[in-house]
Amino acid sequence: MENEYRFNHKHILGLEDLSLTDIEFILNTADSFKEISTRPIKKVPTLRGKTVIHLFFEPSTRTRLSFEIAAKRMSADTFNISASTSSARKGETLLDTAMNLAAMNPDIIVIRHSSSGSPRLLANHIDASVINAGDGIHEHPSQGLLDLMTVKENKGRIDGLKIAILGDISHSRVAHSDIIGFSKMGAEVCVCGPATMLPVGIEEMGATVCVSKEEVVEGADVIMALRIQKERQTDPLIPSLREYAIFFGVSKKVVELARPDVLIMHPGPINRGVEMDPDIADGSRSVILDQVTNGVAVRMALLYLIMGREGNE
Amino acid sequence: MNGQARSLLLKNGRIIDPLSKMDKQADVLISDGKIDQIIPTGTENTFSDHDLPSFDLAGKWILPGLIDMHVHLREPGEEYKETVVSGTKAAAAGGFTAVACMPNTQPVNDSQSVTQLILAKARQGFARVYPVGAISKNSEGTELAEFGEMKEAGVVALSDDGRPVANSQLLRRALEYSANHDLLLISHSEEMSLSENGAMNEGALSTRLGLNGIPHPAEEIMIYRDMALANYVKRPIHIAHISTRESVSLIRRAKAKGWPVTAETTPHYFTLTEEAVGQYNTRAKMNPPLRTNDDVKAIKEGLLDGTIDAIATDHAPHSTLEKNVEFDQAANGIIGLETSVPLTLALVREGILTPDKMVELLSIHPARILGVTGGSLAIGATADVTVIDPEMEFIYSADKIVSKSKNSPFIDWQLKGKAILTIVGGRVMFQEG
Repeated sequence: MENEYRFNHKHILGLEDLSLTDIEFILNTADSFKEISTRPIKKVPTLRGKTVIHLFFEPSTRTRLSFEIAAKRMSADTFNISASTSSARKGETLLDTAMNLAAMNPDIIVIRHSSSGSPRLLANHIDASVINAGDGIHEHPSQGLLDLMTVKENKGRIDGLKIAILGDISHSRVAHSDIIGFSKMGAEVCVCGPATMLPVGIEEMGATVCVSKEEVVEGADVIMALRIQKERQTDPLIPSLREYAIFFGVSKKVVELARPDVLIMHPGPINRGVEMDPDIADGSRSVILDQVTNGVAVRMALLYLIMGREGNE
Repeated sequence: MNGQARSLLLKNGRIIDPLSKMDKQADVLISDGKIDQIIPTGTENTFSDHDLPSFDLAGKWILPGLIDMHVHLREPGEEYKETVVSGTKAAAAGGFTAVACMPNTQPVNDSQSVTQLILAKARQGFARVYPVGAISKNSEGTELAEFGEMKEAGVVALSDDGRPVANSQLLRRALEYSANHDLLLISHSEEMSLSENGAMNEGALSTRLGLNGIPHPAEEIMIYRDMALANYVKRPIHIAHISTRESVSLIRRAKAKGWPVTAETTPHYFTLTEEAVGQYNTRAKMNPPLRTNDDVKAIKEGLLDGTIDAIATDHAPHSTLEKNVEFDQAANGIIGLETSVPLTLALVREGILTPDKMVELLSIHPARILGVTGGSLAIGATADVTVIDPEMEFIYSADKIVSKSKNSPFIDWQLKGKAILTIVGGRVMFQEG
């Protein structure tokens, strides 16, 4: 079976579509690419002549830069388009934009959009490969993969670990991809947050719900804190950021309940003092910057595997 | 309308006319737009030798004309989606001899002039059109629309469908004032503060797809409010397109207490579940949203025990402009006129409905609730007649859709049972083949 495996996905729309074998293969590929970014000349010719368009309908610094660096280190030609969803709505539809881009024959379109499912809409209508760089509150697969890579690298395994995710699970596409990914890899995923931020039926995605941060962190191998989106506060989800920090923020005291070798993670950007005590983010257990480094390697792997898939000349 | 013979003969069909307690093989003679004679098959009759235009309907069902009490014809304002003519043509093709059209046009049907325009267009149509007027001016939920003037122009009921009345005091006043003009209120019951950002039923599936959910209490809370107010002021209210188990239960209990309430559901709420959303299929997006298996079961129970009075389609045409977009941006609604008969017949085959009960839900009750003609094939009744071939199988393909819009989740389904002849006032408005 091992020998027969071929990565055969044209698009990366979510971890939901990837098998355990696919995920392991991506992580191994990413691991082998990591070294490229440490060379004095950080460039390989693998994707020379390939065109990658980054179509971002939502603001992003880190993810977009990470994708762009990944593509450039593989020698692909990259182009960036930023569009605000609101102005796009007044004029061209998403599909029209995509069809116009497709007419210029790109090989890959990396899309971020506020509407869940929009990468799939694109994938259904254009010939290029589509990578989801975050869609609404659905998935953020490359982030999920870099989280898996970071844990595997630091722990040597994922199977059997306890992963504690704290924060706004409802509105976090990172949480959704993490829950799917870590569950597939055999970890126990426990989530905790204000009940207003836990979506209906999250258990069916493979997560165990904990009521308090003490409960979720108890014996955890990984603590992942999620960004609280202040801009969502038109829906009354929490009384105040202050109260959130008290009851759901990752404090020194609560970290002591976890395993001594616990990893502290955060998809960024951090609200210091809200999701975690400031010194924890910079502490010895924090692998937050490893996540960022691995992000480039994972994205290089995705570009490479999509372009090298079976049947793609 | 086409010029046609003054008489028509429907031969050898099975007449199903519960109001006349009739279910038998017979020939029907239609003359001057009325049911003239009904002669049991095999009986000597005086007209069979004449060279009247006639249809041999052996094995077919002859029913009182079907009435869809909840459609959107989109005219005026969105004629690229549907017009009165195209919508009634789809109605006739689906076996409907009459439709009640909701007022959420552009402009909203909140005045005599819009009502008159719709009725003028309907003169070129293929089915009777009963306009429903708005409850509030521009359906904005602040001031009452002119019920009396609209009634004089021809509206048969009032509704702010699509923009439900949020203000309870306004609804109370509307119910009270409807007494002066003897108009029924039809409520699209939805608590918007719970549902406004939602794109599908809330549950594990909406979580998995990353779509904001619409929790089922958003419907039920408002159904209770609407019924409680109607009962308080002793005015009838009709609850549109119910979709949840608790909605059925609330209405069942209200009816047991004698509250003046009637209710409808649609074929999609007893045929599909939220699973039809699949991978962001906007043809499965409507409001209220498709619910769960358990809700579907409850809707069927409500049809079986009479809690639900009518099956309507909520025929809501949209073009690709509204549907070929991101799921959360897509418009709500699906077309339904041409799939209602086969989907309802599926319930007959399932043993949930008898043919009589089907006629009640699709003809007798809609006529009675709206206070319009129809529901009967008695001698002397207006000849609005629907003929169904209950065995005919067909694939509902997009190129065969008569409606201007193609937004149906049932495209490419293999369906069984179809209207083959639709007669309105003695005139053939649709004939299969």
